[in-house]
Amino acid sequence: MAEKLTSRQMLLDLAEELAGKRKQVKQTITLCAGTGCRASSCMDVHQALVEGVKKRSWGDKVEIRTSGCHGLCELGPLMVVQPGNVFYKGVKPEDADAVLDETVGKEEKVEKLLYEDSVSGDKIVHWHDIPFYKKQKRLVFGANGEINPNIIEDYLAVGGYQALAKALGDMQPDEIVEQVKISGLRGRGGGGFSTGIKWESCKKAKGDVKYILCNADEGDPGAFMDRSILEGNPHVVIEGMIIAALAIGGTDGYVYVRNEYPLAVKNLAIALDQARDYGLLGENILGSGFNFEIKINRGGGAFVCGESTALMASIEGRPGEPRAKFVHTVEKGLWDKPTNLNNVETYANVPWIVTNGGDEYAKIGTEGSKGTKIFSLVGKVHNSGLIEVPMGITLREIVYDIGGGIPGGKKFKAVQTGGPAGGCLPEDKLDLPVDFDNLWEAGTIMGSGGLIVMDEDNCMVDVAKYFTKFLMDESCGKCTPCREGLRQLYNILVDISEGRGKEGDIEVLEGLSEAIETGSICGLGQAAPIPLKSTIRYFRDEYEAHIKDKKCPAKVCKELITYKITDNCNGCGLCPRVCPADAITGAKKELHVIDQSKCIKCGACYEACKFDAISKG
Amino acid sequence: MSETFDAKVVDGFIDRYGRDASSLIQVLQDIQSEYRYLPEDAIGYVADQLAVPLSRAYNVATFYNAFSLKPVGKRHICVCMGTACHVRGGQKILDNISSRVGVEPGETTEDGEYTLSTVNCVGACALAPVVMVNDDVHGGMNGSGLNKMFKKFSKNGDGEK
Repeated sequence: MAEKLTSRQMLLDLAEELAGKRKQVKQTITLCAGTGCRASSCMDVHQALVEGVKKRSWGDKVEIRTSGCHGLCELGPLMVVQPGNVFYKGVKPEDADAVLDETVGKEEKVEKLLYEDSVSGDKIVHWHDIPFYKKQKRLVFGANGEINPNIIEDYLAVGGYQALAKALGDMQPDEIVEQVKISGLRGRGGGGFSTGIKWESCKKAKGDVKYILCNADEGDPGAFMDRSILEGNPHVVIEGMIIAALAIGGTDGYVYVRNEYPLAVKNLAIALDQARDYGLLGENILGSGFNFEIKINRGGGAFVCGESTALMASIEGRPGEPRAKFVHTVEKGLWDKPTNLNNVETYANVPWIVTNGGDEYAKIGTEGSKGTKIFSLVGKVHNSGLIEVPMGITLREIVYDIGGGIPGGKKFKAVQTGGPAGGCLPEDKLDLPVDFDNLWEAGTIMGSGGLIVMDEDNCMVDVAKYFTKFLMDESCGKCTPCREGLRQLYNILVDISEGRGKEGDIEVLEGLSEAIETGSICGLGQAAPIPLKSTIRYFRDEYEAHIKDKKCPAKVCKELITYKITDNCNGCGLCPRVCPADAITGAKKELHVIDQSKCIKCGACYEACKFDAISKG
Repeated sequence: MSETFDAKVVDGFIDRYGRDASSLIQVLQDIQSEYRYLPEDAIGYVADQLAVPLSRAYNVATFYNAFSLKPVGKRHICVCMGTACHVRGGQKILDNISSRVGVEPGETTEDGEYTLSTVNCVGACALAPVVMVNDDVHGGMNGSGLNKMFKKFSKNGDGEK
């Protein structure tokens, strides 16, 4: 059990001691143990490394560490070997010996594990030289790759909880709020509301009990930055929440986290215990007399619970149905007490702002949007993963410089931002500097930071149908325009995608969208038509091709396409093996045939064929 | 004495969060992870213990996606329908699996071997399309990948294509 820290000096002394200890270790291998790399079996690599070290009796020579997410998830498992900052990707357990003997033993590189630039084909040794990382600014995310999220001492060694100590020792609550206001920080969960103003309103609200809530119910499909922060560096969120409590006068905190993120729940729980043990959380924090406690509340898997009043209803143990906000939640929120709710990433920015000052933070970004934003760059892009970039960077830089462009020589079609309530932007918007206001003007939103890249093989009617179905399923059902309106939108989109679209459908979709926007009480309904409207705005020709010509230009909509085997077929026998519906027959080395009555159009044969012998159209 | 759940185990969950109406969701979640579904009489028992009306307990149990009122199969195949998975062909993966196991999403095979369901996003978007089988994440799925996955299942003692 750790000795409780009862003063700022004790914290600083301990941090110095821990940082010194970290420096003494000459060689380290830091293995990414985020969810992406775990899915690529990084823990097997870890075991192989540990065994390899044992076998060589190198316990004193090299330390094997695990860390949170490095961001470049698609190429996992990832590792960094020190000294030398050598970055390896796609490491397998059988590579462990080579890494130990060559890189740790002789300080030489293992060529096949080095990153290869997708454009020039050059091998790159240092992670910060890789284009994916080069244009990033990792203010919040930086420590993720350095520390083990289950070891609080790692966080303390890199300066953790010193912002809290500064806030407790040198700043009045009003000053903290002022610094956050000066920083220009806006809510990272989607709303984009000024964090400083929210804190000020909650601070002014009257009440003995005030709640500080963290929204970690990352419901946007295609976004996983909050997951990565909580899994990789939970202490930075805890520290941000305690500082918020200090500024606002908060007494109790809750982190509302998705139950689908078991590793985040686990790492957060461990971090809370460790912070308590050190006296950084709970009663008399750092000997200051300030008390604050944080509990974890696991969400039930309802998208609408990302909405503030629905989230609070859920913490109270009720179904997550939003209420109209005639009275703001900063005045009457959880159990009718003043409540401050921010997103994971918002809190994670706070320690940096307190340490470096609001002015310093405001130097990064654009006029109306300050600081950095973490995006989950996914879909049809070479380097998919998590990136943290300064506000104001262009979409082109994100997609092409960081993301490495579109794989397979395909043509870019659209980038979708802002989660299910966000819109799709076409190629001529690629030079748009990304910030809250620019995105809004272009017909989409920042949202929580999903950036989904689509290429010529994606159908925009299908994308609109996908989001509309998602929101229809997730509508809580309280407001009729949202509940019934989305169902009608969906039905029309199904008709269009199945070749039953008629003249005038687009106008009906637009009219209905307006009714849903104006007639719903919460953000879910109000923003639900955005994906549909943006695809009509920028890709109207695709809707028309479905409606007038009964054709899906991207060859996605199942009812409008058929798969056929062409004369190129040499009867290799691969396609019948991958077909799940037993729809393909043919003798060995003879032309095969697809039985259209059995074909479910899953495309497995099309993807598997090595002889370009299956046509789609 | 109930056959579908152990009252002692459920009491343990209730003690963990407090005998209070606000603990309802947390307790049901623990029951869900213990039994992998919510036995009907367990919902009644919890409602009773926490002094909430049975109607409200059912309201909560049916509102949230995390809860299932039916037992799930030995292998719970959960296909991610997140946006990143969708644009990389998640729907095709779902159709493929549905055709293999012969049930629609939300259903369990008669032999209790497979439950097929969908999830909005598992947050492993860079590895799309993603399929979860119980707690294991399988990334970069395609037709051949599914072939291998099901072959592995049948090796482990059950007959499926």
